[in-house]
Amino acid sequence: MIIDSTVMLNLLLVTLACFSAGAVGALAMAPWTNLSRLVGNAGALLGALGAFALGIAGIVGGNLQLTVPDLLPIGGAALGVDRLSAFFVVVIAAGAFPAALYALGYTREYAGKHSLAGMGFAFNVFIATMILVVLARNVLTFLFLWEAMSLASYFLVMTEPEREDTVDAGWVYFVMTHAGFAALFMGFLLLARATGTMDFANWSVAAIELDPTSRNLIFVLLALGFGSKAGVIPLHVWLPRAHPAAPSHVSALMSGVMIKLGVYGLVRVAFDWLGTGPVWWGGTMLIVGAVSAVLGVLYALVEHDLKRLLAYHSVENIGIILLGLGGGMLFQAHGLEALAALALIAALYHTLNHAAFKSLLFMGAGAVVLATHTRNMEELGGLIKRMPQTATFFLVGSVAIAALPPFNGFISEWLTFQSLLLSFQISAHTVNLIFALGIAALALTSGLAAACFVKAFGITFLALPRSEPAALAREVEWTMRAPMALLAFACIALGVAPFVILAPLEAAVFDLMGAHADMKFDWSMVVANDSFGWVAPLWIALGLGAFLMAIPLALRSIGANKRRRYYETWGCGRALQTARFEYTATAFANPFKRVFALLYRPVKELDIEFHPESRYFVRTIAYYNEGRLIFEDALYRPLLRMIQALAREARVLQSGNVHGYLVYILVALVALLILTV
Amino acid sequence: MASLFEYILKTPVVTEALRPGADTEIEVIARQIDDRARKRFGRSLHIRQVDAGSCNGCELEIGALNNPYYDLERFGMYFVASPRHADCLLVTGPVTRNMADPLKRTYDATPAPKIVVAVGDCAHDCGVFAGGYAVVGPVSAILPVDAVVHGCPPEPRAILLGILAALERRA
Amino acid sequence: MLTEITIELLQLLMVMLGSPLLVGVIRKAKARLQGRRGASIGQPYADLRKLLTKEMVVSENTSWIFRFTPYLLATTMLLSALIVPVLTTRTPLGFMGNIIALMYLFLLGTFFLALAGLDAGSAFGGMGSSREVAIAALAEPTVLIAIFGIALRAGTTSLDSIITRFAAEPLLMLNAGHLLAFFAFFIVALAENGRLPVDNPATHLELTMIHEAMILEYSGRLLALVEWAAGMKLFLFLTLLSNLFFPWGVALTNTPVALVTAFVALAVKLLLFAWAIALVETSVAKLRLFRVPELLAGSFTLALLAVVTAFFIK
Repeated sequence: MIIDSTVMLNLLLVTLACFSAGAVGALAMAPWTNLSRLVGNAGALLGALGAFALGIAGIVGGNLQLTVPDLLPIGGAALGVDRLSAFFVVVIAAGAFPAALYALGYTREYAGKHSLAGMGFAFNVFIATMILVVLARNVLTFLFLWEAMSLASYFLVMTEPEREDTVDAGWVYFVMTHAGFAALFMGFLLLARATGTMDFANWSVAAIELDPTSRNLIFVLLALGFGSKAGVIPLHVWLPRAHPAAPSHVSALMSGVMIKLGVYGLVRVAFDWLGTGPVWWGGTMLIVGAVSAVLGVLYALVEHDLKRLLAYHSVENIGIILLGLGGGMLFQAHGLEALAALALIAALYHTLNHAAFKSLLFMGAGAVVLATHTRNMEELGGLIKRMPQTATFFLVGSVAIAALPPFNGFISEWLTFQSLLLSFQISAHTVNLIFALGIAALALTSGLAAACFVKAFGITFLALPRSEPAALAREVEWTMRAPMALLAFACIALGVAPFVILAPLEAAVFDLMGAHADMKFDWSMVVANDSFGWVAPLWIALGLGAFLMAIPLALRSIGANKRRRYYETWGCGRALQTARFEYTATAFANPFKRVFALLYRPVKELDIEFHPESRYFVRTIAYYNEGRLIFEDALYRPLLRMIQALAREARVLQSGNVHGYLVYILVALVALLILTV
Repeated sequence: MASLFEYILKTPVVTEALRPGADTEIEVIARQIDDRARKRFGRSLHIRQVDAGSCNGCELEIGALNNPYYDLERFGMYFVASPRHADCLLVTGPVTRNMADPLKRTYDATPAPKIVVAVGDCAHDCGVFAGGYAVVGPVSAILPVDAVVHGCPPEPRAILLGILAALERRA
Repeated sequence: MLTEITIELLQLLMVMLGSPLLVGVIRKAKARLQGRRGASIGQPYADLRKLLTKEMVVSENTSWIFRFTPYLLATTMLLSALIVPVLTTRTPLGFMGNIIALMYLFLLGTFFLALAGLDAGSAFGGMGSSREVAIAALAEPTVLIAIFGIALRAGTTSLDSIITRFAAEPLLMLNAGHLLAFFAFFIVALAENGRLPVDNPATHLELTMIHEAMILEYSGRLLALVEWAAGMKLFLFLTLLSNLFFPWGVALTNTPVALVTAFVALAVKLLLFAWAIALVETSVAKLRLFRVPELLAGSFTLALLAVVTAFFIK
């Protein structure tokens, strides 16, 4: 189906118009807080719909190339839609629509306390710039929009500046995102200078002629820049601070959608702009992905802050996506294009899936925080009886992120496994070993993720409430439940009907790489590499459903006793059952803390307060078991100390003497003249 | 480990047949469950042992039921870890004040149909502790009892026969 | 079409009805090794039958997840019974998933069982859940790397095709890597099914329980379903071990003669495995919980060695 480019242009303009209306309207209606809030979120909602339509049109085959000269220096603003960009627009829109709907109810909490007009403005700008970034087609457009997106998200993170962890989060986020931006800037300019053009479209042809050193350098710079946005280890330090501090609908967007732009950049770098690279590019990507996946989930396991747990899981899932990407790059370096395409499809599928279930989980967490005013899991519990629908949606998200059939996480992890297992077709021993370790890392990650979400869902929602606010929680309003229901449905749908996504993904990857993936699929089955492996998710779902209905019927037909009596939990006959007898989150994570003690380096503190009269009687016992953050201590603090030392040395330049400064200006002017003439 | 397997190979199966006992040893009191349940329990009985304040003499004898000579399992009976899994409560000891409530809770936590077997003279009529300030009464004061096994302590053989008698099953 | 349905029905019945028998045989073997007579091998059937006549005592603290989990456990096991090539390599519903899908189906059951353990709000359940998911998570890498090792030799991850390939070329199995992968998988089977030295299925001390602790609150038909599902999981794991690593006797065609041979062959293999498990359980003591990761790391090393030998010894 060919879609006219005028239609695409109109869709784009409508989308941008909705976002602008939302942004400007929110500011204009600032004195009337409720109206401003509604206008801001409604604008975002409609804009997301428009973007979704634009993305679908792009996937189906629509094409658009738009250049606005003179809007930006050196080439103007250039936008273009191809299948890969369209796919990412769909991902963004699929995350933004529920988030905006959710925000309608969630932001009511902020009325009177924080600027809803500013939030509405920043929200609309944030989503709009994200959509435009994936459509950008030359360097300055991309960088300008990237920076605008980072600033908008910074202001959204800083919504509650009176909290001290927010200020810290905003600061770290600001610094990390600009450090990444600097790397991107350098990488882009080097590549533009080496190939002689600022347009993305011309790079893939020209980059092949670059000399290896500059190609490697550019790859490293761009990978660092996009990697820090994606949140790979060790550039992840901003993620667990910023995502919990932001309001929940923003966290859902940041975690579900914004970090995917880092993935978008990495896909472009590896498969489009720089052409096929040497083996070590893919190998490094795979190892970094494996490390991020395992470490991300290990850090998540010991967290008690519900939102920070979810943030660490984003690090883990980015790791899984990078495993697919790295595998794809390695396959490409060895000339196995079909397998590379398979790995890339797996990575992109996981991108979409993660957007779906992570947004769902953050929204659920936001609902819990709204109802109980605490993020600490140690104070929650029993919410499944007070907030049954939120609990069910959170359960769907948990099962999906644990990659269990028949939900969507299972399919994308299955595909990633298949593509990694097919690595035996390469016959280079080091590469084979790297792939084997990647498989082991992915398996460990999925097991640990299941464990972590047993903890997250179990401690938060099940058994008895552990504090007064949790006992008094109430279900949230429908505007917050509806987007969760929508995303839960998407998780199931993407799980049982993968062909809906696989067909457009195959087309997108074919456009990008020129190769068909080594897999076949139809409405019920996915087959990898002819007969290497297969799965039929729809049949699995049907089978599960059929047996679930058949077993109670069978039991009834043989006359099994169905009498049910409610009684207290078995506590060895003790007289009281309170929430203090339940397992705590710290206790649940204890086996992992001990097994991986090398990583956590836990610090145990035991404070015992004795009765003043006698040491035989104990008043209170307080037990702390905190892990230490390795990367902060080992990597960032020394780096910061070094920079501060350098800055202290450089301070001599700031003499305060006007004559000295005049000399500096003269020297700089002379140097510039010499260099450019 | 080699010596372990040597020992295993040398030792035969030492389970003894169950000798019938004297009439005064066992007393069947109540019939809490119907015949169908009794037949079911005859093939498979899960037992929860509750110590309601005993001196542990009876516990030692009950513990002997698990050894190869008496082998409780051959009758399809097992000791279980939770009253939720149990069909039969094996109660010892005079019921002390502190254990009266937990005993009742254990009984309530057991799913129906269920039987109760009281083991030892203390469980029957408080034995040597009768009238003490810490004792509430015999087991029958708290729970409906199906069978009582007399003795201080009763032999494991008698305990087995007592449980079988409560199920009206011959050895 | 009729043959297909018959075969699937046969496999399903074998797993459904055979798993209590398997558990009974293991218990009888352990009893004999301990020098006592022990219960008859049909005892688990009587246990299940009796449990179905009991009422369910459900804790007031629980939610629908507690009552739903036993049904889900039984469901995942029954569905797996349709996929695993129990008797034949031409399993009609084998297209539903390969070995990776199977492992994730098992993980689905474990996930919900762990949630059910937390649901009652007792410390025992929470402890059992925490330990169970820790062990399951640490066993996952071994499973996947062992699968990688098998897939390297057989050239596929589909269960049916692996067995067909090995049965057709027995020499593929004649190397150290195959044996190493077998031992790694065996240790994982012990860990996942709660057998010594990882977990004692007959313990009464809550502090030593892993699987038992999660099901302390179950009674009546819910307990029957949980116990039955656990038996089926053991049956399926041992079937996988027998048929993937020693595929002699598995029916390659769907003729009645082949199926009967397969039935007899599987029975013999499972009997041998039952005795092997009984011997292992009698000779080792339960490992301290925090030593279990060392055991699993050891099995991971074995699996990794299996993979490495596949690459270097072609």
